[in-house]
Amino acid sequence: MTRRSAPLGRLALGALGIAAVIGVWEAYKAVAPDTGVVIGGTTVLPRSSDIAMPHVWDMFSRLSDPVIGTIGDTMWQTVLDAGLFTLRIAAFGWIIGVVVGFALALVMQRFTIAEAAVLPWIVLSQTVPLIAIAPLVRRWGSQITIGGFEWQSEHSVAVIAAYLAFFPVAVGVLRGLKAPDATHVDLMHTYGIGWWRTLFSLRLPASVPFLLPALRLAAASAVIGTVVAEVSIGLRGGVGRLIIEYAQSASSDPAKPWAPIFAAIAVGLVAAAFVGLLGLALKPYRRSEIPA
Amino acid sequence: MSATTATIPERALARGSAYRTVVAPIVLGVAMLGLWQGVVDGFGIEQYIVPTPTDIWHEITDNLGSIVDGSVSTGVNALIGLVVGALVGILGAIIAGVWRIFDTIVAPLVAALAVMPIVALAPVLYTMYGADKETARQIVAAVAVIVPVYINTLRGLRQVRPVHRDLMRVYAASARQQQFAVTLPTAAPYVFTGLRVASSLAVISALIAEYFGGPIGGLGKSITSSAASSNYALAWAYVFGAIVLGLVFYCAALAVEMFFTRHRSTP
Amino acid sequence: MSSAVEVRAVSRTFGGRKGASVTALESVDLSVAPGEFVSLIGPSGCGKSTLLRLIADLDTPTSGELSVFGKPARQARVDQDYGIAFQQAGLLPWKTVTGNIELPLALHGVGRSERKARVSELLELIGLTDFAGHYPDQLSGGMQQRVAIARALAESPKLLLMDEPFGALDEMTRERMQNELVRICAETQAAVVFVTHSIPEAVFLSDRVVVMSPRPGRITDVIDVSLGGPAERDDSLREDEAFFRGVAKVREALHGVPVAGARGVDTR
Repeated sequence: MTRRSAPLGRLALGALGIAAVIGVWEAYKAVAPDTGVVIGGTTVLPRSSDIAMPHVWDMFSRLSDPVIGTIGDTMWQTVLDAGLFTLRIAAFGWIIGVVVGFALALVMQRFTIAEAAVLPWIVLSQTVPLIAIAPLVRRWGSQITIGGFEWQSEHSVAVIAAYLAFFPVAVGVLRGLKAPDATHVDLMHTYGIGWWRTLFSLRLPASVPFLLPALRLAAASAVIGTVVAEVSIGLRGGVGRLIIEYAQSASSDPAKPWAPIFAAIAVGLVAAAFVGLLGLALKPYRRSEIPA
Repeated sequence: MSATTATIPERALARGSAYRTVVAPIVLGVAMLGLWQGVVDGFGIEQYIVPTPTDIWHEITDNLGSIVDGSVSTGVNALIGLVVGALVGILGAIIAGVWRIFDTIVAPLVAALAVMPIVALAPVLYTMYGADKETARQIVAAVAVIVPVYINTLRGLRQVRPVHRDLMRVYAASARQQQFAVTLPTAAPYVFTGLRVASSLAVISALIAEYFGGPIGGLGKSITSSAASSNYALAWAYVFGAIVLGLVFYCAALAVEMFFTRHRSTP
Repeated sequence: MSSAVEVRAVSRTFGGRKGASVTALESVDLSVAPGEFVSLIGPSGCGKSTLLRLIADLDTPTSGELSVFGKPARQARVDQDYGIAFQQAGLLPWKTVTGNIELPLALHGVGRSERKARVSELLELIGLTDFAGHYPDQLSGGMQQRVAIARALAESPKLLLMDEPFGALDEMTRERMQNELVRICAETQAAVVFVTHSIPEAVFLSDRVVVMSPRPGRITDVIDVSLGGPAERDDSLREDEAFFRGVAKVREALHGVPVAGARGVDTR
């Protein structure tokens, strides 16, 4: 039923998809009026001038030009540095988020009362807009000095990334820990094994199929959180800051804002790929998984 | 006899858990609020660092009109984005369900959309649609909605049970009949799950997009401008509005989902 | 008059991975007369379900010929010459009992009033008139299966294909369903091909029991049971000597040798 096409064929089709988007973009530019399509006062289709929608090849050739003027670091070097900076913070935030999410899931699985009390708040926590907390987190953080450790803005960014990342882990791991069949749980019970041993011999292995999508979502969330938090805290050095900064020069250098956007996508893909590698390592536990 | 003895503890358990699902989170919430108030008052923490719940409550009641206006402004953007994004996601998934090749073609785009911060598109969208328009925000919300709706719908379209597929073949049903009689109804609960996930995403995206530019009036702009003037209690009052708005979207989506899945407990 | 089902030298081979293939059926011959009740019985993997799926045109034979009422299986399916019921009731969970029963009628463009009349007839037949507006999740397993049978009968087919329809039910419900099936068959005059792995069930219901064996799947024996008309087939038959003899005969055929200590055989 599920006939898998050759990986090369899939790659070619995927490239076709990207080419189609570029084609639509350029075709629209060629056909549509510069002012866009306005129906009843609302702009339904965007402006197609070179300022609003630069040519795709300009976006890419802009990467090899210097950031400002004709000398200095090239664009791709700058966004690469920024991307690595963002990736590092996102990874830090991801780790915090995974640890916290895992701990919450364990507590909720162990104590049903904890699940009833905490889970609604966990869901609610994700409706709190990050940008509101960002300045507060930085402010609180700036009061913290423990020994030689001084709280930096990037720690605040990582905490906010973790705030987004913990959610899919908490929910996904909880589902995973509850995944074993009742018969398996009963079996463990008849063996007279306690909660901890059941956890390690049954619940954790059974949760792997749920854990991986959760980790992948958490990685994407951590990247998103990092970029947004960089913007709202005003942290320099990362992709988020560049997106805001370069958007200012859109009118004179329209291809410029696209460079950090590509960097943001690249950071997200690298993070997802890393979780994919983790998935390969955990392959023996994924036998029961149904391909989506 | 065994039926009655079995159901009594079960029913008691059910009543107990219903009681718990309502009371336990409220108790926890009140306790946390009390702790918050107590710590801030007790340690004499300044209001500009951490406002107390009562400070925030005063700001909420004082600025209720502005909070409601902001919620409506942001909410309309989120709703338009949710509807447009859901339509695109569902239609895309239906196409991908019929022609598998479409799924392969859009796979890299879906992957890129899934991992990228959609709000990063906000600045260029403001340039494309005009910084004085709400359109950019609606598009950000719509793009954020597309991916979860597309992925969930497509998964749902592939859940058709073999026995139902056999049945349709036995009835010599046309592809169209099969789509409407079995495939789409089977996918419906998954669509609603996707919409539920997307509902709060739409609100958050519309709100964060406000931070990247565009006209004032929405909750996002209000939060940042109050935070910029160090009026944190007021900022939190707007955050409260945002939470309520997110909850309204989430609960509405949840209610729709529960309504349409009420007979799905057994196959 | 052509027979309801005619199977001539039919084989079905499933291609496995790395060239390995499984012969699910090997040159099977079978003929079912109109109005006749034939059970297919055998251990797992003997190809009884495969044979049923071939008759229903849910699968195509690797070789051999197969006809239903003198037509190729495909044509018979397109013409809706048979009704089918599976082990899982396979009801659509989002439709009521009525909606499920009238599904084939709706798909084939039968008008609303005609559908309504037919559904109420069928509800009467299966004794679920009071449950017309219920959803499948509000019914017991036995009730769900009755709805599935009503759905199979919706277009008054002259052939009923049943793939272990009572396999998931408890023994008590099962016997009650068998009694009802006997009554329904008598009323509808349909031929039935019935897959089961319960020996008493096959003997109680059938005119003939077809015994199959696995690897490769083939027919090893056909046993005439015919325990009389529908009027005589009630619960008392289950304790009748003729019934026990039928059960013993089928069991022996399944095991390939007379069972030691079998009724009526002196083993001293």
